[in-house]
Amino acid sequence: MANSPTFTIDGLKANVEGKEILKGLSLEIKGGEIHAIMGPNGTGKSTLASALMGHPKYEVTEGSVVLDGEDVLEMAVDERARAGLFLAMQYPSEITGVTNADFLRSAINARRGEGNEISLIKFIRQMEAKMKQLEMNPEFMHRYLNEGFSGGEKKRNEILQMLLLEPKIVILDEIDSGLDIDALRIVAEGVNAMRSEERGFLIITHYQRLLNYINPDFVHVMMQGRIVKSGGPELAERLEAEGYDWIKEELGIVDETVGQDEEEFKIPMNTTAPKY
Amino acid sequence: MSTQTTLSIDSNAVIELSRSKQEPEWMTSLRTEGLKLAESLELPKLEKTRIDRWSVSSYGTYKAQAPLASLDELPEVARGLASPNNLIVQRNSSIVHKQVAEELKQQGVIFTDLETALQEHADLVQPYFMKAVEANENQVTAIHAALWNGGIFLYVPKNVRVEVPLQALFVTDDAEASFAPHVLIVAEPFSSVTYVDNFVSSHTGGQLVQNGIVEVFVKPGAKVQYASVHNLGESVTDLTYRRAILENDGAVQWVVGELNYGNTMSDTTSILKGNGSDSDAKVICVGTDEQKLNLTTRAVHWGKASTSDMITRAVMRDGATAIINGITKIEKGATGCNGQQTEKVLMLSPKARGDANPILLIDEDDVKAGHAASVGQVNAEQVHYLMSRGIPKEVAQRLIIYGFLAPVVSEIPIKAIEEQLQGLVERKLGQ
Repeated sequence: MANSPTFTIDGLKANVEGKEILKGLSLEIKGGEIHAIMGPNGTGKSTLASALMGHPKYEVTEGSVVLDGEDVLEMAVDERARAGLFLAMQYPSEITGVTNADFLRSAINARRGEGNEISLIKFIRQMEAKMKQLEMNPEFMHRYLNEGFSGGEKKRNEILQMLLLEPKIVILDEIDSGLDIDALRIVAEGVNAMRSEERGFLIITHYQRLLNYINPDFVHVMMQGRIVKSGGPELAERLEAEGYDWIKEELGIVDETVGQDEEEFKIPMNTTAPKY
Repeated sequence: MSTQTTLSIDSNAVIELSRSKQEPEWMTSLRTEGLKLAESLELPKLEKTRIDRWSVSSYGTYKAQAPLASLDELPEVARGLASPNNLIVQRNSSIVHKQVAEELKQQGVIFTDLETALQEHADLVQPYFMKAVEANENQVTAIHAALWNGGIFLYVPKNVRVEVPLQALFVTDDAEASFAPHVLIVAEPFSSVTYVDNFVSSHTGGQLVQNGIVEVFVKPGAKVQYASVHNLGESVTDLTYRRAILENDGAVQWVVGELNYGNTMSDTTSILKGNGSDSDAKVICVGTDEQKLNLTTRAVHWGKASTSDMITRAVMRDGATAIINGITKIEKGATGCNGQQTEKVLMLSPKARGDANPILLIDEDDVKAGHAASVGQVNAEQVHYLMSRGIPKEVAQRLIIYGFLAPVVSEIPIKAIEEQLQGLVERKLGQ
């Protein structure tokens, strides 16, 4: 299908502050597919999300990222977004003085290009409809972007942006953290409503919980900055039941994390503090 | 060392002018006293600002100005700044246009120029003129007392609520004509009024000082909204004192846009004399080129349970410098009062400089006071977030900069002023 995107990550390596966190990660996502990346904390999952979006703190050292034949790594952050990449962030910024509505209209218009701006009426109608779908209070339209939003409200606002921007490739970075069960259901419904041949998803999470609401086609486990195991939805279920230890055992991994400060001074167990 | 400046003021001409205008004797002697004080007093001492190095001595001379036949005769910059209703226009040294609705007059509201008020309502002017800001404070106030011209007198009788904004427009288009407007507002008990003014310039050469004083007297239960937009050009040094004195349950709301292109000193103060009085001050400022700005907001609490809130936000471009002072003073005995202040400076260039100085002076225990101050650059994380939604970098930065000023701009009580401020800010930030 012509509109079905292909997103290919090949041998991606990336540094944060000079430390290599991604150590050669490959993955292909096609339109209509939902991929879940799971793994314990500190294994490089969020680094993957940020590096794909082009956060200046993350330096890609090797590998390629291609969306529909175009080199994503050559693009500036805003170009990546306009090409169809969307990252629902774990910690969205709060921006005083910029209302949610102004922000979203600017984002939509940036995508549509000069001379083809969305009319105000049409935009407001769309935004209202999507907010209703996410059970958001209409007042959030005119609130300053994420300012004073609770954790759950911020996550819903990220999904609202996804609904309005209609990206080709959606990356959800720990969208389930800080959500109660109701919010989780609403967010998942929002994602499911967007599921189509024209869109691929990469869902990053360390709980299986979200995957009860969004059924993934592929599940990948990340450790030490790369994908160490892939499978279908049954893999997520086994992780839920048994945790990650069996994978570590199977692969002979002792420490699954990457780039953690090992030089940190630890008080030896056999000493006591001086007595005064 | 004395920081005496050579003043180009012709004393005899000042006195003669006062006589020829048949000003009351007390006004002539006030002018004389101002002249004398100006010789001995020094320039105000400003925090981290050498005002003595500014161009502060070009006061020009009084020039009579013919009344306007039509507002279209005003220089281009001044056109369209105010709606034609309830408007007084000062051009250089004199008032050139006055239009006040008949209903207001019938309600007893006096909205006229100060020179006329001295002829017709001297008894109402005398108890207040130069009483909130006094001639003997420093050289600038002394010179103002001597030289003031044109000016506005606004008097709202007891219980009268003026629903429409009253407007003034101050235009200088002759750098050799003195320009020292005085605005005097008296709001009698339980009255309310909104006053809005604009300062603009159109000079072809020369330097000029705008030495302006605003005095607002808020009687018990009265409410005054005061909005002022200063958009004077590079050739004008703007020295402005604004001061309100509030009695019991009186309220004042200041909205100030400091959007000049020349050096600017402004001091906006509320003296909360009465119990339960309330002051709210919002100031925005954009500094460009080599501009130097020293902006002070101040609240002095004498009354019990009085409240004040002051917000200043400044954006500094190029090599501009801003010293932003917020002073909350709580006097002994002013129990139960609450004084809050915030000063924020956003710097857009490595050569720009901004200092935010929150100062709390508290002589009473049973009070609340708070301050927040910050100086910083455009947050890179915020820019990234906006860009990650497809917004180009320049647009993202612009959104953040306007957003920085928006919490102040959006609270402006008058839509037209809000839009005008927005436009001026855009022009100053342009490119």
